[in-house]
Amino acid sequence: MAYKFTRSAGLALVSAWALAACATTNAQSDSAPAAAADTKARAFAAKGPKDDPFASTYKPFPNVATAIRGATIYDGKGGKIENGVVFMSGGKIVAVGGPDTPIPADIAVFDGTGKFVTPGIIDIHSHLGDYPSPGVDAHSDGNEATSPTTPEVWAEHSVWPQDPGFTRALANGGITALQILPGSANLMGGRSVTLKNVPGRTVQQMKFPGAPYGFKMACGENPKRVYGSRGRMPSTRMGNLAVNRQTWFDAIEYANNDKAKRDLGKETLAGVLRGEILVHNHCYRADEMALVMDMAKEMGYKVTAFHHAVEAYKIGDLLRENDVCSAIWADWYGFKMEAYDGILENAAFLQREGACVVIHSDDANDIQRLNQEAAKAQAAGRRLGINISDAEVIGWITYNAAKAMGIGDLTGSLEKGKMADVVLWNGDPLSVYSRPEKVWVDGALMFDAMNPKTRPVSDFELGQPGEGDVK
Amino acid sequence: MNRLLALGASLAALTAATPALAQDMLITNAKVVIGDGSAPIDGASVLVRGGRVVAAGRNVAAPQGVPSMDAGGRWVTPGLFATITTLGLADVDAVDESNDSRAGGAPFSASLDAAQAINPTSQNILVHRAAGITRAASTTMPSGSIFGGQGAIIDLDGDANPVMQARAFQMVDLSEGGGRIAGGSRAAAHVLFRSALREAQALAGRSGIPGTTEITKGDKVMLGRFDAEALVPVVTGRQKLYVAVERAADIRAALALKAEFPRLDLVLVGVSEGWLVASEIAAAKVPVIANGLNDLPDTFQQLAATQSNVGRMKAAGVTVAINADAAQNPRRLPQTAGNLVALSRVPRASGLSWGEAFAAISSIPAAISGMGGKAGVLAPGALGDVVIWDGDPLEVGSVPTKVYISGVEQDLASHQSRLRDRYKTLDESARPKAFDW
Repeated sequence: MAYKFTRSAGLALVSAWALAACATTNAQSDSAPAAAADTKARAFAAKGPKDDPFASTYKPFPNVATAIRGATIYDGKGGKIENGVVFMSGGKIVAVGGPDTPIPADIAVFDGTGKFVTPGIIDIHSHLGDYPSPGVDAHSDGNEATSPTTPEVWAEHSVWPQDPGFTRALANGGITALQILPGSANLMGGRSVTLKNVPGRTVQQMKFPGAPYGFKMACGENPKRVYGSRGRMPSTRMGNLAVNRQTWFDAIEYANNDKAKRDLGKETLAGVLRGEILVHNHCYRADEMALVMDMAKEMGYKVTAFHHAVEAYKIGDLLRENDVCSAIWADWYGFKMEAYDGILENAAFLQREGACVVIHSDDANDIQRLNQEAAKAQAAGRRLGINISDAEVIGWITYNAAKAMGIGDLTGSLEKGKMADVVLWNGDPLSVYSRPEKVWVDGALMFDAMNPKTRPVSDFELGQPGEGDVK
Repeated sequence: MNRLLALGASLAALTAATPALAQDMLITNAKVVIGDGSAPIDGASVLVRGGRVVAAGRNVAAPQGVPSMDAGGRWVTPGLFATITTLGLADVDAVDESNDSRAGGAPFSASLDAAQAINPTSQNILVHRAAGITRAASTTMPSGSIFGGQGAIIDLDGDANPVMQARAFQMVDLSEGGGRIAGGSRAAAHVLFRSALREAQALAGRSGIPGTTEITKGDKVMLGRFDAEALVPVVTGRQKLYVAVERAADIRAALALKAEFPRLDLVLVGVSEGWLVASEIAAAKVPVIANGLNDLPDTFQQLAATQSNVGRMKAAGVTVAINADAAQNPRRLPQTAGNLVALSRVPRASGLSWGEAFAAISSIPAAISGMGGKAGVLAPGALGDVVIWDGDPLEVGSVPTKVYISGVEQDLASHQSRLRDRYKTLDESARPKAFDW
């Protein structure tokens, strides 16, 4: 039924266009040819690639100047301040410092004694909105699994802002920004979108202003399984690389041709080649990551981060030399063949090599506990004598993620002038026993565990059992 | 060593010989967790002799000739008990040929017996043993029919006899998933369930090959004659029936089965909306193996899901274990329990005390599995499953430093630890990594 609907709608569109074309032809017969051509050009001019057609309409919510005093502060860049002060005003961080940091007299002050402050937590790998709850087929919008390369699709066009998962990520995980990626069925899955974790009626209201687009690619088992099972290329890992390379060569030609007919997919690939769109490459095995890095050099683009990267620890040196981040889980292993060599020490070994570590979720549950995942990875290193400070570990889920998403100058650390995306934890954020007590996004208090009304409830949950519950 | 652990009918057939490698030991100066829900005890000791716990607590006398080990204040607990799992039934979940946890293509369902397929040296068993899990309930899952088959209680010591009790329980899915399997409606699942149990009632007390008519759907057998026979112990109350349900209405429908089949020994599994009907579950005295942290309306049967579910059910008097199957992997059981402790500090949320949370991954799942007083607890006479930890066992990042199963110290190595050892450095200047082992 859905297929027939789509077809009919498509046919209707074609008819309407044909009618419009006829009208133009008729009009043309009554006018001078040159004038008509001008009129036609103006009447049908689509906006260009640079026009940001689905621009962010996000605006920070009202905020009051706020300070937290007496807390342990992790600044997201490896710094730690005991008995510190964070002062935010006008949606920005105004000051971060020790107990003597001056704050105005007439502002809201929270006592952070025994508590901890971190930047808002950032998940570089989420499918919230694209695979929302409830996870019914009608909501399955994360993989355009009809062609091995779909660089033309944009994840933001699938995001359902009413996914209750966003609210759980905020309240239990302190998530203030997240990257929504297409799935990994395709070698080239499409553009990602970076969101502020605030409720919105439209995805545009959630889009992180100033964030670059990302581009999702996938190695390994998924693309070759999905298309191989349909008797299509790719059905092997060598097929994966062949399809990727030919697609890049075509994109390079397109990018070099000023007169080429506009092509949505190649536009995205050209954006990657120009360095405007950041590549996030799902890839588990070390050997495949090494091949992808060579392919990127061949084509003249850069891989920003390998996602999942369960074998990144085998090539920490290569990843450091190529300046590629690894966005990883702490303890997922063995659920598929290419995850068989997953070990708890992945993050610690990468850190030892000086490679960039980001802890990600890829999961509507784990996004609520990225802090705990980071703590697990830290402990695995500590057992081997790789001591990574708590402050650095917080960087794995804040600044490092922001940097790899291209928003490191805007958020991800507690520094003067940056967005006031802040979490106040009721205890050590690297302990299982701690939870976010308050979460600010651009200085606006979006979650407060102490106040039941400061808890977002999605449209879907209204009138349902448990509406507004603690969750 | 599982010979010591004999239960029920099989007891007479088994010897009570002391395991060859079990060593008597006294662990002193420990922070001892009994596992029964009580708070940890500082400065306590644990005495194990002949593979069994003799005593645990503050005033444990040191017998002559028993080697003593100073734990240096570390946490010492009973081994964790994981339910429900597929440990030993799969090498890699997504590698079909290695995965015995579902038999959707088989003409059998309730008659499937997980005990026949357990591989005691599966990497998943080795990895989870190193995480402090010493016993588990392992079962095939509903796939071709609503009945999943008969689960086994296993130990994780990797010896030739992993199965402590075969056919310990039957699994049935009466949730949304069961409705889909049965043909597209919960109503169909309930008819199939009742048909199956009535066949089993008719067979009870008879011997020989049953003459049950097959129930089929397309080319799928939903119930065969051997399945009906396998349900005889269920309908006569000799084997536990684990019923997978999530929404409040399905929980009530499952509890109501007792009126029709009074001897059913029910256990509820999943139970995301249990808090809405907690008093009814408590009144029915039916224990629950609950998803610990699900708080999303992942399906329409979980609209009321909240992390406070376990705490609220516990407060209403329900016996609740934490379901290992709801976590990314069973070694996350302590993390799940720790999160429930964290909830006790969140306004309006319901959590568990530390002792209660630990019991929900040790003595309670053991008791639900028919191992009450034997596993998951450091009580006199219990199995000598003892774990020494490098930190608070519910804290993320803590791991065991020593694991004993029936008094035998376990090897904590696995494929993962070997990879870890190999990649401690990336140095290949002398020879490739392949020579580093």
